[in-house]
Amino acid sequence: MTAGVYEIKLDIFEGPLDLLLYLIRKNEVDIYDIPIALITRQYMKYIDAMKSLDLDLAGEYLVLAATLTHIKSRMLLPVSEEDEEEEDVDPREELVRQLLEYKAFKEAALGLDRMSILGRDVFGRDHAGEEIEKDEQPLREIGIFELVEAFRRINLDVGQKDSMEIDVEKISLSDRINDIVDKLERRGELTFTDLLEDAGNRRRLIYTFLAILELMKLRIIRAYQAVPYGTIRICLAGK
Amino acid sequence: MDNLKAVIEALIFVSDTPVTFSRIEGILEDVKEKEISSTINDLIREYEERNEGIFLREVAGGYQFRTGEMVGSWVQKLKGEKPAALSPAAMETLAVVAYRQPVMRSEIEKVRGVDISGTLRGLLEKNLVRIVGRKDVPGRPMIYGTTRKFLETFGLKTLSDLPTLREFRELGE
Repeated sequence: MTAGVYEIKLDIFEGPLDLLLYLIRKNEVDIYDIPIALITRQYMKYIDAMKSLDLDLAGEYLVLAATLTHIKSRMLLPVSEEDEEEEDVDPREELVRQLLEYKAFKEAALGLDRMSILGRDVFGRDHAGEEIEKDEQPLREIGIFELVEAFRRINLDVGQKDSMEIDVEKISLSDRINDIVDKLERRGELTFTDLLEDAGNRRRLIYTFLAILELMKLRIIRAYQAVPYGTIRICLAGK
Repeated sequence: MDNLKAVIEALIFVSDTPVTFSRIEGILEDVKEKEISSTINDLIREYEERNEGIFLREVAGGYQFRTGEMVGSWVQKLKGEKPAALSPAAMETLAVVAYRQPVMRSEIEKVRGVDISGTLRGLLEKNLVRIVGRKDVPGRPMIYGTTRKFLETFGLKTLSDLPTLREFRELGE
């Protein structure tokens, strides 16, 4: 039942670097002078335990296991005279840098957690007025299919003039994404048609539509509709 | 305006999100900027001195009334809902975004040493993090930054209000 002991502990690690920091602290060793053999041995014990439990989880830990083993072997090799020419680089250096960086952010995360967080430690006034305003018609969230259908209808309206235009304007998806997010941040809510009608030509139309799909996939925006084929409203998620 | 303080207090009170200075200024057309800012500061100080359940705070580039830390647990009881806590993993990802922004997902993963797609999606959904653009390198990866809601949630005036990241000593000098 030794695995059980590890099982409980594994839960508290946020990743391989966290586990390594824990081992360094537990052994009370200097982070700038890590006894690689000792730490690697202990690290591998945890990995073995993890393997027997959850291979998926072990995946990201294995990279570091390989790094540790590599460092260990480099430290065992005698330094040849040739090597001495190209300065004496401690094989542990890169790992230590990575550990210190991670440690700094781990502390920063704890720092954030200690702050007075809205909704947990401190509270603002309730958004009571909002619900009264919004109860005209119940809106339901819609998905990709409704959007595609709506796009098809708009696209038919706009896209009739199909002459060959050579369009030198450069449109990027990220510009369209930023544009939409900016608009929504300013105005709160927009209809699907508002967003697409701004587009003008067909290429921009398509890019705008792709941007909307991307933003929905990333759950940055949400789309709502009161009745089938009705107006589609789009707003930022979490607002 | 002789009841300036009362007006400003009321304006901030009725708003459920932080009211910006320019918003207040826009409403109080004839009042001098300096007068408004000193009145707001008076108000902040008065609530500070009163030191009871409510405080006037400057957050996310605006002003908002918030309950004090000491009464938090009681308000929590009234609300009856569990606070939306972020997991330690989400907090770490958020910390990297906050201090390193604009930052690519791969950079965050390099710092944390783990896959972050889950925590990043959660932060995007909670609107604490947003896509700020794409980096002009092959693959055009998305770059991420924190939102206004992040400032509001953590009670920060601006990003420079974040506690300084403890510098880590570089090796080898």
